[in-house]
Amino acid sequence: MGDIRVDGLGKAYKQYAGQWSRLAEWIMPVGKPRHIEHWVLKDISFHLKEGEAVGIVGSNGAGKSTLLKMLAGTVRPSCGEITIRGRVAAMLELGMGFHPDFTGRQNAVMGGQLLGLSVEEIMQLMPEIEAFAEIGEYIDRPVRTYSSGMQMRLAFSVATAQRPDVLIVDEALSVGDSYFQHKSFERIRTFRQAGTTLLIVSHDRYAIQTVCDHAILMEAGRIRMQGLPVEVLDYYNAMMAERDHQAIRQMPLGDGRVATISGTGEAYIVDVQLVDGNGRLAGNVEVGQPVRLLATVRAREAIPRMVLGFMITDRLGHCIYGINTHRLDQPLEDLQPGEEATYCFSFPARLGKGSYSVSLSLSREDSHIDKNYEWRDNALMFHVVNTRQENFVGCSWLDASVEITRHPRSG
Amino acid sequence: MSISIARALWTYRGFILGSVKREFQSRYRNSLLGAAWTVLQPLAMITVYTVVFSELMRTRLAGMDGPYAYSVYLCAGLLTWGLFGEILQRGQTVFLDNGNMIKKLNFPRICLPAITVINALVNFSITFSIFLVFLLLTHSFPGWVFLYALPVLLVQVAFATGLGIIAGVLNVFFRDVGQFVNILLQFWFWFTPIVYSTATLPKSVQPLIKLNPMTPLANAYQGIFVYRQEPDWHAVWPVAVLGAGLCLIALLLFRRRAGEIVDEL
Repeated sequence: MGDIRVDGLGKAYKQYAGQWSRLAEWIMPVGKPRHIEHWVLKDISFHLKEGEAVGIVGSNGAGKSTLLKMLAGTVRPSCGEITIRGRVAAMLELGMGFHPDFTGRQNAVMGGQLLGLSVEEIMQLMPEIEAFAEIGEYIDRPVRTYSSGMQMRLAFSVATAQRPDVLIVDEALSVGDSYFQHKSFERIRTFRQAGTTLLIVSHDRYAIQTVCDHAILMEAGRIRMQGLPVEVLDYYNAMMAERDHQAIRQMPLGDGRVATISGTGEAYIVDVQLVDGNGRLAGNVEVGQPVRLLATVRAREAIPRMVLGFMITDRLGHCIYGINTHRLDQPLEDLQPGEEATYCFSFPARLGKGSYSVSLSLSREDSHIDKNYEWRDNALMFHVVNTRQENFVGCSWLDASVEITRHPRSG
Repeated sequence: MSISIARALWTYRGFILGSVKREFQSRYRNSLLGAAWTVLQPLAMITVYTVVFSELMRTRLAGMDGPYAYSVYLCAGLLTWGLFGEILQRGQTVFLDNGNMIKKLNFPRICLPAITVINALVNFSITFSIFLVFLLLTHSFPGWVFLYALPVLLVQVAFATGLGIIAGVLNVFFRDVGQFVNILLQFWFWFTPIVYSTATLPKSVQPLIKLNPMTPLANAYQGIFVYRQEPDWHAVWPVAVLGAGLCLIALLLFRRRAGEIVDEL
């Protein structure tokens, strides 16, 4: 259950010059078609096994939602095939097609019935739905009086009241507040562990990285890239940061990961090193050991302002720490063509054991969205080992101490 | 094809019946008298027609002397026309009105017209019960002849459903259909012997009126309730065939365009 196979899927919308040419085509069964086919999705193929989770990313209009709608069964494909085994629950956009004049409870029953549940089953699940949605007495008011967050809460609660074999979520989760987002992600995670296949569209990098084990990048109706979430998201980030049309390079690293370099190129990173207290290259770092990150940057053209930043991410791509020279109040100004600058960031490696990667960015302002000279993902990799400190768990070393007072029972 | 549609309707019967119930409930949600309005409306209509035509205007049907004969004649035609009109009018907007649901949920779309038809039937049965009570109270109840109305109703519902679904599908692609149907219904109403009887028309127009498929149906109801006669089945038959044909065309058209409907909404 929960297998999804998609083969050569495509969707075209018919565009007519006007209503009259549509009428002409309808009335005259023979003769040339009078419409243009507008392909919004083409050549989509992938295969998901039971319990896999895939995140779909891409800019607006890339075809993500159309793809999910076809998987959910609301939009009919123009070509290709979809095979899904098992019960599908889908949350496409907001509200699950709620009827504004019916109460939340009525809509919940209706939604449940459309998911294939019987009224008795829904009634049994209702207390659980109410408890999860946390919308209080609004459950008995018409849905038109709901805020968008409340609609989404109810929709999510109904759609996930029973664990489906396949769960499809289109951005909907971004509407709720962070409390509910957290709660719904918990539920999605539990479902995944129980074997639900998951497909989500999200612009939330963190969401995709923590939940998915696979990501698909879509661009202009086609699959541009498939792979590990970290790699796909890095590539996507780079794509987004520059609409200034230059090439994105990805280089395979030794351990199977991929480094992505992108940017407009007015300045670039010549070299980057992580060294220990004695200036020796440090591939393995002890917990708490003082280290320095050295970076050499060269300007190709005259640059009015330049900020260098670095970010340390863990194996899963979670950001552990990041800072830049804007936030440290040391941006460089008026660089001349050919000018070089050497940066040295010093910090103690108070990290948990494991492997980490360092990404660098050269930008004009605090964020690389505005002007991105160069963005280098996975520029450097290092391992943290723990032979000297207590054997703690987690990603940061807080160096806790303990004091214990015992209170023997008196009398 | 019809088997798969029947199976879809059966599987989703809970949803269909639930929707009918919810729609009925939500209509009177914020009213004090609630469902009483469903009764009051037809009651008001029957009262108005009886008072105006029987008492004030003293309209009499040729060959019938009862004071209520004309108002029974009027109601028999009007109430059943109301069912026809409701199915057709709601049917033509059924896909547009439920666009939100069609776009977001995956379910057999044929449930939507089914809900519309059942809804109209529920409303009609309430109205019609009031009419039957009125007949009993005025001692005009036709007796067992009244059961002949059931097959005629079936023919009428089939005819209306076929037309309604065709108009509903076409209206998604050509909004003109909706406008056209509304105008058509007005002409059609006055072209059907509901307020008048065919015999009062000039001889030259009478054959034309007989071509109208609604004429035999209206005549059948009037015959049953006013004259206590069995319907003229020879006249009803062609309408039954026409209704079945329209339903078939409706299903074919619906099947062919169901996918495109979502694209167009």
